[in-house]
Amino acid sequence: MIPPAAFLLLSAVLFSLGVLAFFVKKDLLTQFMAVEVMLNASNLAFLAMAKASGQAAGQVIVLFVITVAAAEAVIGLAIIVLIFRQRRTIRTDELKDLRG
Amino acid sequence: MRDSDFGLTLAAGKTKYRGKFHGLGYLRYPVALCIGSVLAMILSRNQAHNALFLVLAFSCLGGLFGLLDAPFAAAAQVLVYAGAIMVLFLFAIMMFNLREPAPRERRTLRTFLAAILGLVLFAELAIAAVRAIAPGSVSPGEPDGLAGLGRLLFTDYLYAFEITSLLILAALVGALALAGKKEGG
Repeated sequence: MIPPAAFLLLSAVLFSLGVLAFFVKKDLLTQFMAVEVMLNASNLAFLAMAKASGQAAGQVIVLFVITVAAAEAVIGLAIIVLIFRQRRTIRTDELKDLRG
Repeated sequence: MRDSDFGLTLAAGKTKYRGKFHGLGYLRYPVALCIGSVLAMILSRNQAHNALFLVLAFSCLGGLFGLLDAPFAAAAQVLVYAGAIMVLFLFAIMMFNLREPAPRERRTLRTFLAAILGLVLFAELAIAAVRAIAPGSVSPGEPDGLAGLGRLLFTDYLYAFEITSLLILAALVGALALAGKKEGG
């Protein structure tokens, strides 16, 4: 039996790497992928706790997270494609209209 | 009496430890692959390679989900994440058709701050993870299996389930509306 703490630690590592990637990377697509990594880390934590507590509720929530992630990917990619069409770039250091 | 008792506990502890270690043994490869491919995603500058690295990471995570007695989540992970979402990313990358790879990221203050943020976040999460599994904090029970999952989905979480279908419909319509916009519109 693998201790659930091992999975929770892996989930912590993945979430931190996702945050790191989000802030280090400068193109929108890779930053979006980093968000997906964070969502997956949270899924892993949900499943580890579901296994530790013996309740299936965690698995149900994982299904919802996967569904919401799919919807989010569709909308996010559509927005990124629109940005690219209008600006011909997806580099976040070249998109600085909001900078004062 | 006391000595033999102690010896027994020690032996039990040793076998338990060995069993645990053995359990981690075959787990080592998917975990290493998963972390390694996310690291490779951070280091690589080619977006298509990044997406493929993530496919690998998500497939490994799917295997780990299976080890956590969640076969449905494992299947959904491989089908939806590694299959559908990452293929969508690859399609988007194909549409951008960026000729030159992204310029090398400079070691700026931002990278440094991001590293600190990541480390602090990891420390916090690790402490929370270890505390969460402290003895007595969770009561292990029998896992319900796939039937229990379906029952929960259609009883306790029925509203959430139905709202999810509405969400997917909204995403579909929204994506069509966004993609159908004319240039500059």
